[in-house]
Amino acid sequence: MPTTVPAHGNDAAGRLTELADVTASDSALRRFLHGLPGVDAVGLEARAASLGTRSIKTTAKAYAIDLAISMIDLTTLEGADTPGKVRALAAKAVNPDPTDRTTPRTAAVCVYPDMVATAKAALTGTDVKVASVATAFPAGRAALPVKLADTRDAIAAGADEIDMVIDRGAFLAGRYMDVFEEIRAVKTECGDKARLKVIFETGELSTYDNIRRASWIGMLAGADFIKTSTGKVAVNATPSNTLLMLEAVRDFRALTGVQIGVKPAGGIRTTKDAIKFLVLVNETVGEDWLDNHWFRFGASSLLNDLLMQRQKLSTGRYSGPDYVTVD
Amino acid sequence: MSFTYAPALESRSVVDIASSYGLFIDGEFTEATGGKVFKTVSPSSEEVLSEVAHGSAEDVDRAVKAARKAFEKWSALPGAERAKYLFRIARIIQERSRELAVLETLDNGKPIKETRDADLPLVAAHFFYYAGWADKLDHAGYGANPRPLGVAGQVIPWNFPLLMLAWKIAPALATGNTVVLKPAETTPLSALFFADICRQAGLPKGVVNIVTGDGTTGAALVAHEGVNKVAFTGSTAVGKAIARTVAGSDKKLTLELGGKGANIVFDDAPIDQAVEGIVQGIFFNQGQVCCAGSRLLVQESIQDELLDSLKRRLSTLRLGDPLDKNTDIGAINSAEQLARITELADSGEAEGAERWAPACELPENGYWFAPTLFTNVTQAHRIAREEIFGPVLSVLSFRTPGEAVAKANNSQYGLSAGIWTEKGSRMLAVASKLRAGVVWANTFNKFDPTSPFGGFKESGFGREGGRHGLEAYLDV
Amino acid sequence: MSERLTVFKTYKLFVGGKFPRSESGRVYEVTDSKGNWLANAPLSSRKDARDAVVAARKAVGGWSGATAYNRGQVLYRVAEMLEGRRDQFVAEVADAEGLSKVKAAAQVDAAIDRWVWYAGWTDKIGQITGSTNPVAGPFFNVSATEPTGVVAVLAPQESTFLGLVSVIAPAIATGNTVVVVASEKAPLPALSLGEVLATSDVPGGVVNVLSGRTAEIAPSLAAHQDVNAIDLAGADAGFAKELEIAAADNLKRVLRPRATDWSADPGTDRMTAFLETRTVWHPTGSLGAGGSSY
Repeated sequence: MPTTVPAHGNDAAGRLTELADVTASDSALRRFLHGLPGVDAVGLEARAASLGTRSIKTTAKAYAIDLAISMIDLTTLEGADTPGKVRALAAKAVNPDPTDRTTPRTAAVCVYPDMVATAKAALTGTDVKVASVATAFPAGRAALPVKLADTRDAIAAGADEIDMVIDRGAFLAGRYMDVFEEIRAVKTECGDKARLKVIFETGELSTYDNIRRASWIGMLAGADFIKTSTGKVAVNATPSNTLLMLEAVRDFRALTGVQIGVKPAGGIRTTKDAIKFLVLVNETVGEDWLDNHWFRFGASSLLNDLLMQRQKLSTGRYSGPDYVTVD
Repeated sequence: MSFTYAPALESRSVVDIASSYGLFIDGEFTEATGGKVFKTVSPSSEEVLSEVAHGSAEDVDRAVKAARKAFEKWSALPGAERAKYLFRIARIIQERSRELAVLETLDNGKPIKETRDADLPLVAAHFFYYAGWADKLDHAGYGANPRPLGVAGQVIPWNFPLLMLAWKIAPALATGNTVVLKPAETTPLSALFFADICRQAGLPKGVVNIVTGDGTTGAALVAHEGVNKVAFTGSTAVGKAIARTVAGSDKKLTLELGGKGANIVFDDAPIDQAVEGIVQGIFFNQGQVCCAGSRLLVQESIQDELLDSLKRRLSTLRLGDPLDKNTDIGAINSAEQLARITELADSGEAEGAERWAPACELPENGYWFAPTLFTNVTQAHRIAREEIFGPVLSVLSFRTPGEAVAKANNSQYGLSAGIWTEKGSRMLAVASKLRAGVVWANTFNKFDPTSPFGGFKESGFGREGGRHGLEAYLDV
Repeated sequence: MSERLTVFKTYKLFVGGKFPRSESGRVYEVTDSKGNWLANAPLSSRKDARDAVVAARKAVGGWSGATAYNRGQVLYRVAEMLEGRRDQFVAEVADAEGLSKVKAAAQVDAAIDRWVWYAGWTDKIGQITGSTNPVAGPFFNVSATEPTGVVAVLAPQESTFLGLVSVIAPAIATGNTVVVVASEKAPLPALSLGEVLATSDVPGGVVNVLSGRTAEIAPSLAAHQDVNAIDLAGADAGFAKELEIAAADNLKRVLRPRATDWSADPGTDRMTAFLETRTVWHPTGSLGAGGSSY
């Protein structure tokens, strides 16, 4: 296996040029994507379910809860978002449990581009990142210049991370090269200023074969993270689609040496769920990914459940919603 | 800091094992004639769990007589009434499934994850399925009013003690037979707990009799003149001996014996799922499975890639205390079985195959064998021909579908096979040429009460499960 | 005018579609029920049995791989050919079993009709023995039957033609190939059947007919490791037990002898006795998750 470099490092671009023939033309890319091994849905789901039966108790649970908190992209993506709401969220990201200062911070807050400046200001002096959705999130139905401008604005306002959506219409129409080029263009816009997360909207891609192909398009195009969902469709992150994407980043690193992060987003609400995802990471790609540089949860209500479970572990009593903050 | 799973032990307190057990004959626990007993130990710790009566030929005779006496009334009961007894049993098994899972793990050594998620749900499902047949036998395709055979003598193995009991007893009772069952010498306890379930269900006395003991007890049972039906699951060698014993008699015989299943992986397989299927195929129940996919036949063009993936996956298997909910690989059932696995694995090395096992610490007490794979194996190696019945995978390669089928069929056995390909026509073509009773395509080691199970060739004859499974217990 | 001297037939074995003499060069005298000489029949040796098994094994692939429709056509063709040689078989059966022409004709007619019965079964037996099984999971699960392979058949000793047809036809209808040991004292109808089969589109080796001492031939068939099953119809109880013990060496499927009225409806038992059930699992999965809600 080649030595590992991160996707956003200087070496990654060179590594990817070794695969340049794959993306040299529309037909070459199609051949490559359709030559990837198929995914048997029943087998994939059975494996994810089986890992879901791991019993994580006591010290392992305490470790997992803190790790999960540290991996959260604490998210608000509502039409009703206001500076006040975003500031409150930022405060919670920095200090999730006011009663226990040993609680880790979340990895980032995730907001719309027009809220980036507010978030950035609220987080100044902390290591909590500002992530911004962009590229006409969530539908992605806008012209490329608009998407690039969206990205540029977010970065200019201080975004550390950009969560873009792919053009699912182009993907489903078989225009893989268009999807690839668009990600490349957004990546260029990010430069070395922001890490790029590429959202596939797995619920719309529908099949696991599609999710595997989209993952490879994203990785080949220079994604720093591949991300399941916007949280805005019926089916968002699931153990199965996340397992499949973990297999993709594992295989990509084995082939190129480039390490890429994974972010399941949407629908992960309980500690139990979050721990299942961490088990998937642990037993699929291992501890190299057990760090918020390489794995994130896109979530909001998950944090409070983790905090309640954390309180239970430290006090021995079950906690309740009045003992965590509503922000 | 790495993500280390803390011990997550299933509680032993859910099961109460008595210090000794008698034979269950005619609805009561009785001592063996002459009072002979043997000990049953937990394979993961070598702890003695209990002392169990060693049934003699006289005890077998008592049991068969009790079963004969019970047969008159039991077979005359309306099917709907027999059905309700079986439904009761299915429900009580569901209620007591945690207790039985822990018990089975203690006595057998297999992980609690498997007894909890595979053995026990399948046991309950099997009784539930055959319960429903009891009053529908006229519609089963064996003519109107098919009659039971009489007393069934059943001998079961140690690898799935309670599940094999269910596979034997459920169809036998549904069709109106009565039963004398001999559990395996190393795993008698769950059958004795089942006797208690029969009591709770109010099953008439003598309908189910459990006679514990060793091979001599089983031999006495299959040879007994009062037995009308013999059903055996176990080794091919013993199966042949039983076939000779019942030769010339009127006893109906079904045998479910050994295997050397080929798991065939084509270059267009769903690789990640194939790796899981290979693992499930040979490491489920420590490979102590008659239908295990113990020969991996991989298309040469993807051999290296597949083996890399497989080895990486094997490195994540967790071997240890079977009661830990996170244990994937438990203990080997007995010292004797461990010795056999060890001997065959050593022969693999001696014959020139390349041995590989992940770094894996084995507990000090108990019987353990690390998950192992052999490469550079040819059809001529003993580890490619003989049933190892342990967590040992022999890897062979092939170039074309025709060669894959020829190698897969090149065995005295014919129980199971696997096919991994995303091409439907290839799957169907290969499946139709495999001389195996169960073919898993893009999956492995799946079981269901509705799905007939049994072998071709020296893997035995007769089918268990489904409508087909009724035939073994009907006079048709 | 002197009576014309008839031409005798030399009865030969039927192995691999050919008509060899016994490799041993031996024959034995066959008489009618009154003791009159009828012919000399080949006295098969164990080597003849071995050759017959080789021929039967070689034919398994093609015959079991033929479509069921094709096998039905071939079995029907046997009935057609027999109908044309009905008189010959009536005479042979009358001699062999000491029957009147009328009773012998009834036997032959029933035997011809039996071929028709089994010709119709070839593409139906799989539909009543197979099943799709509603397993509790996302799998398509189907059980289908397959022929067992090479079946050794000890033909009934008394019913030399109807009984013979009643044990051969069901075994081959489903795709097995057979080595049949003819009735020892009355093998001529069986040897003549070989001549009909040879002209009925039955591929060589699908049916192999041996005549001789059952006690000499049967043990080597019962012990043969490349024979998959044995029908003991023509063995008495003591001999059947001995053969069943030998058959256990490779776990042959054994059909024990039992009192049988060969003129009765045969049912499906003799077909199902030499069928193996294979169950195939395949995941079904789902159409995939999806849909936008905005």
